[in-house]
Amino acid sequence: MLKQRLIPSLLLKQGRCVKTIKFGTIRDVGNPVTAVRVYDAQGADELIFLDITASSEGRDTLFDIVAQTAEQCFMPLTVGGGVRSLGDIRQLLRAGADKVSINTAAVENPQFIKEAADSFGSQCIVVSIDARQMAPKGYEVFTYRATKPTGLDPVEWARRAVDCGAGEIFITAVDRDGTMEGYDLGLVRSVAAAVTVPVVASGGCGTLQHLVDGIRIGHASAVSAASLFHFTDQSVIKAKTFMQVAGLDVRPV
Amino acid sequence: MIVAVVDYGMGNLRSVAKALEAVGATVCVSGKPEDLRRADRIVLPGQGAFRDCMANLKATGLVEVLDEEVRKKGKPFLGICLGLQLLAEVSYENGEYKGLGWLPGQVRRLTVEDARLKLPHIGWNDVIFRGDTPLAAGIRKNPIFYFDHSYHFVCGNPELTVATCDYGGHFTAAVQKDNLFAVQFHPEKSQEIGLRLTKNFLNWKF
Repeated sequence: MLKQRLIPSLLLKQGRCVKTIKFGTIRDVGNPVTAVRVYDAQGADELIFLDITASSEGRDTLFDIVAQTAEQCFMPLTVGGGVRSLGDIRQLLRAGADKVSINTAAVENPQFIKEAADSFGSQCIVVSIDARQMAPKGYEVFTYRATKPTGLDPVEWARRAVDCGAGEIFITAVDRDGTMEGYDLGLVRSVAAAVTVPVVASGGCGTLQHLVDGIRIGHASAVSAASLFHFTDQSVIKAKTFMQVAGLDVRPV
Repeated sequence: MIVAVVDYGMGNLRSVAKALEAVGATVCVSGKPEDLRRADRIVLPGQGAFRDCMANLKATGLVEVLDEEVRKKGKPFLGICLGLQLLAEVSYENGEYKGLGWLPGQVRRLTVEDARLKLPHIGWNDVIFRGDTPLAAGIRKNPIFYFDHSYHFVCGNPELTVATCDYGGHFTAAVQKDNLFAVQFHPEKSQEIGLRLTKNFLNWKF
């Protein structure tokens, strides 16, 4: 049986691991390489790095962190943030990423998803979607770190991204980011129901029960968490044990 | 022990090289014929589209070298993911493309009838090895490896299939023919258990 995955996510800025609340209020939470060493030792199923460094100088720091991680961690690694060209993807893969996550550039040019999937295979291309709730039942996709509205509905956009070749969808509820109030299960579930590829739930996880809910109620194939590991005494080991006891089929620690 | 990781311009070779180094190999990531000739063992990774991988292998002139070193000289060979699929006679990934034809069989899209099963098949899944597989030595009976693929190798000779995995039906997870061993999963991404298999490849005598 395919296991349900737990994916610690690390937000990077100029070589440091940071955490935001609703995509604002940046807090430094430590050295990313130290953090991934712990996640690796505890049996995390995958890792995801999202880089929010704006300058090109900072990009070199990202490649360096990816390379250092790949030296030590024999587990799948997805890297995103500012990916705009096939050259960017190639460079990240060469540094040690296994999958690349595309967000703003995919919205601005969906054809880029197709080109990327044709070149590197769908299994390598993750489309990351940041969505905000605009009305009781209405969501909208935002780009540029959730600052620019796009007019797109996340479910429609996810479907289109998959048609273009995305192999996985990483859905983040912007208004839950860093709040630790739980995933937006309605959003996750509507996206998971709409696409044939795996969906990773992101944004809001603050308790171990939230992880279980993301899979059981949100129907996600994998759950991502950051604050849970940065700001509470929960660990990957405790989280996976909890998921297992709750009856989910996870890879045993 | 020098292990050549074949570089033909596709995918993430670094993690494969690092995994081999972690278990004691001297690794040479290269697309040069002389490096493949010099190596004791050869690893063919692969990521991306079958058509492009095959085209790159041909364009770099490595098809003949691989044939010489692996099939004629009998160097131990490990194919990973697309590096398994390339050994097939033909692939039906987005068209119809000829493979290396070292193993009888075809590459086809995974068929999952249960609509809840997502494709690509991404994540950790149970692998069932046949009891006598040398590369599974010291690995517990039903190990869990990391997969990331939509296509699989339909082996033309069931005796060559030494491991299977179940995702909407059983498919070939590993094959062995003489000095050829190839896996659909990613040992270099499967933490300790993957390193163990990698180590077994280094120690493998057939």
